[in-house]
Amino acid sequence: MTQQELRGLFPQLKRTVYGKPLVYLDNAATSLRPQPVIDCWNDISANRTANLHRAVHLVATEATEAYEQARADVAKFINASDNQEVVFTSGATHALNVIAFSLGEAIVGSGDEIIVGEAEHHSNLVPWQMLCARKGAVLKRLQVDDSGRLKVEDLPSLIGPHTKIVAIAHVSNVLGLVNPVSEVADICHRHGCVLVVDGAQGIVHQKVDVQVLGCDFYAFSGHKMYAAPGTGVLWGRKALLEQMPPMFGGGEMIESVSWESSTYAPLPRKFEAGTQNISGTPTLSPAIALMGQMPECEDVKEFVYSSLLAESGVRLFGTTPDLGKKVPVFSFAVDGAHHEDLALILDKMGIAVRSGQMCAEPLMDRFGVTGLLRASFAPYNTLQDAEYFISSLRKSIKMLQ
Amino acid sequence: MTLQERKEQIIDDFSLYDEWLDKYEYLIELGKALPPYPEEKKTDDRLIKGCQSRVWLDTQVESGALVFTADSDAVITRGIISLLISVYSGRTPAEILSDDFAFLDAIGLRQNLSPTRANGLVSMIETIRKKAQENV
Repeated sequence: MTQQELRGLFPQLKRTVYGKPLVYLDNAATSLRPQPVIDCWNDISANRTANLHRAVHLVATEATEAYEQARADVAKFINASDNQEVVFTSGATHALNVIAFSLGEAIVGSGDEIIVGEAEHHSNLVPWQMLCARKGAVLKRLQVDDSGRLKVEDLPSLIGPHTKIVAIAHVSNVLGLVNPVSEVADICHRHGCVLVVDGAQGIVHQKVDVQVLGCDFYAFSGHKMYAAPGTGVLWGRKALLEQMPPMFGGGEMIESVSWESSTYAPLPRKFEAGTQNISGTPTLSPAIALMGQMPECEDVKEFVYSSLLAESGVRLFGTTPDLGKKVPVFSFAVDGAHHEDLALILDKMGIAVRSGQMCAEPLMDRFGVTGLLRASFAPYNTLQDAEYFISSLRKSIKMLQ
Repeated sequence: MTLQERKEQIIDDFSLYDEWLDKYEYLIELGKALPPYPEEKKTDDRLIKGCQSRVWLDTQVESGALVFTADSDAVITRGIISLLISVYSGRTPAEILSDDFAFLDAIGLRQNLSPTRANGLVSMIETIRKKAQENV
């Protein structure tokens, strides 16, 4: 598929803002929706709406098939060894909260330790803080260096006899750096710890094979990978998921209920309480199919990276000698220009970028900044988009200085 | 210049610009021209909540009128607060409380800020009104 063909599938790329063509560079926050995903959502909403699993009527069977097909497609997409290991959630945040709660109930006690990466999105930090507060456990930080690289070499000495869980991102939403998950998994498993990976950014840009990565949990959102918002995946190893109590009760998650107590459904339903996202979750199927056909965008990444590095007054975070270990997510500070001002001006030029703390306040503290400007690219962003972004950035900086 | 006259002057100034980018340029100029604000007054109790950038507002009462000085770490925000100060500083609490702040709609500022920034603007207005109420 060519980039022009890909662009043709995204209706929002045709719209203008303030009379200018929209240049959407906030893909790390959420991607745009392609027509096949919109069509899938519409079709299910218009023709195949019914509640799943229980009813015997035809429409319920069709709705259940669409939902379970998405599970099979996700399992294949990430190479899960069993469809039962794929639990649908409302997003990565929901998935990480379920992991922190249920795994915490299963294996964490008073005085135990959880290690979390310093560059984590709040969604992979706050649930662990909540777990530590609930259990009297201790939260420890795996630091990043000045470039933003996770100091994996510190991990073996940070892990102690009471460390139960290590939680890191596959790819940082601020830095765009790819963490060496399989290396971290080896260290964790040598020390008897469970590795939880926030894959919200990783799933978008990396080929994810959970068996090669070697982690124990992998969580991601549908809305960042072109599927409907309100969809997400919690992948976990079956043996661990079976050991974990559910976080939410009610709906399809039960096996039998008496007044005194309940027993729970087998995986994955044990973790899917309440009515599922019956219109949204099936959109993961067309999203995954499209991702398999998207063109590479290495030229855009190289251009933006080298341009930002060369721009005087721009401090880029998340630098690396090997661009293969970075996805096209660029966060930076500009001397003498506030990130909010830059974002406001770029907006009026038709460019959508993110400014602020990007749900990673501890990382902002680490770098001594109040916020950053972030431009994040998807395969539908052209080299012209990138050139326009860089020239508009220069113009905005000039206006402010 | 009365409060009313100053508001009309601002509406006139903004009407010179068709493009929002040019209006921002004007706000940036205002922001840069805002007199220096003392570092020791950048305290948490002077910080206006609800803005993405930090905004400090100091209020003094001088012969019955409220005198505002302010600063922000973002220059467009500084331009916005500078506009507000140029209208409301040196006015009595009664004058401030009887005003409807509608000139901000007349120049299209409120509509042209994203919701988070519009909230920031609302917070600035609320703070100015609150200071007026405290000093009636």
